Amino acid sequence: MHRFANPARFRRLSQRVQPGLSLATLLSLGIGLWLALLQSPPDYQQGETVRIMYVHVPMAWLAMAGYALLAALSAALLVWRHPLAALMARAAAPVGACYALICLLTGSLWGRPMWGTYWVWDARLTSMLLLCFLYLGHIALSRAYDNAERGDRAAAILALIGVINLPIIKFSVDWWNTLHQPASVTRLDGPAVDAAILLPLLWMAGGFLLLFILLVLVRTETEMDRRRLEIADQIA
Amino acid sequence: MSSYAVFIISAYLAVFMILGGLTLASLRARSKMRHALAERGLERRR
Amino acid sequence: MTPKRKRLWLLVGSLGVLGVSVALVLSALSDNIVFFYSPSRLAEKHVPADRRFRIGGLVETGSVHKDGSEARFRVTDLNRSVEVVYRGILPDLFREGQGVVAEGSLGPDGIFSAQEVLAKHDEKYMPPEVAKALKESGRWQEGEGTVR
Repeated sequence: MHRFANPARFRRLSQRVQPGLSLATLLSLGIGLWLALLQSPPDYQQGETVRIMYVHVPMAWLAMAGYALLAALSAALLVWRHPLAALMARAAAPVGACYALICLLTGSLWGRPMWGTYWVWDARLTSMLLLCFLYLGHIALSRAYDNAERGDRAAAILALIGVINLPIIKFSVDWWNTLHQPASVTRLDGPAVDAAILLPLLWMAGGFLLLFILLVLVRTETEMDRRRLEIADQIA
Repeated sequence: MSSYAVFIISAYLAVFMILGGLTLASLRARSKMRHALAERGLERRR
Repeated sequence: MTPKRKRLWLLVGSLGVLGVSVALVLSALSDNIVFFYSPSRLAEKHVPADRRFRIGGLVETGSVHKDGSEARFRVTDLNRSVEVVYRGILPDLFREGQGVVAEGSLGPDGIFSAQEVLAKHDEKYMPPEVAKALKESGRWQEGEGTVR
């Protein structure tokens, strides 16, 4: 862990993996889209609208995984004072916010034809909206101070408090009655999804995961440069 | 296609626009920051 | 103890306290967090007449009667059921044996009059051929395992 916390080494590593990572992202999203839109069958109940699941579900998984990353980086900043952790958290928060937003939008567009409503205040939807707000809060708080490092620490504390929301999102459908259906893939007795529908889902999830990593790498480099510039401005 | 096509297309359009915009913005911000550093003679050691 | 260790324990401790307090609040509020009552829960709760709330379960097979724009059906949790009457357009996914959530109030006659009906679908996804094959082989029934 400490090995990668060295900014120069991080940048070298990041730039070495980027070409391959970009290619793999395009490839898996390409295969995923082909499977999701053209190759996969309709669902026995939901018909063609099941295709919205192929973007909605990966976005939900990755918005939550991204938040777990944000919390881990925040802990690394507050406990171990890794300077790179703060920069990476700044880089990851907007990406996670976009993923959470897409999850909410596509869910809404799926809910209208299937449930009969764009939005309800059930436990799953509300906790997912809270996740989106936590990301936005992190973005706002990290930029709210003149001293960037104070902003980093304030945002890190918010990120760690918000981590309580992750199990609430995951288990909301089991703990309380919700309009949202329970987990289909990540359940103890194996997925309740047919292989023909699971396959495009996994390709899309893989593609969006690679895109997430790629965006965080690019944005972390930007944040490193920005911090360098700020320090240079302070000295000048 | 089913009568729900409009919902499916809007969902994929939203994904495409948001992620495309985010990717473009991220790349543009990186090159802008690199230029700003270069202008001050603060280019990174390679 | 090094400062790092101290900070780590402080973090773990405060997250633990926060987690426990959130869990307590949520379990105290759990009656308000549930999106709907099941017919069994309704029977033991005695909601006053004219109070708006939601009821959810499966649409009982064979219970749907449509008369013009009025639909009557029973919502069941396989243990108890409630008669529901609704005027309006039902969602496309509204089917016998499938999940449903209705919002409205309970009349003095024990009939739930709904102002809004939403379809609740289950967590199973499969192509139509697979669903047909499973049903024909008798290994699975629609709506099975959706209501706890």
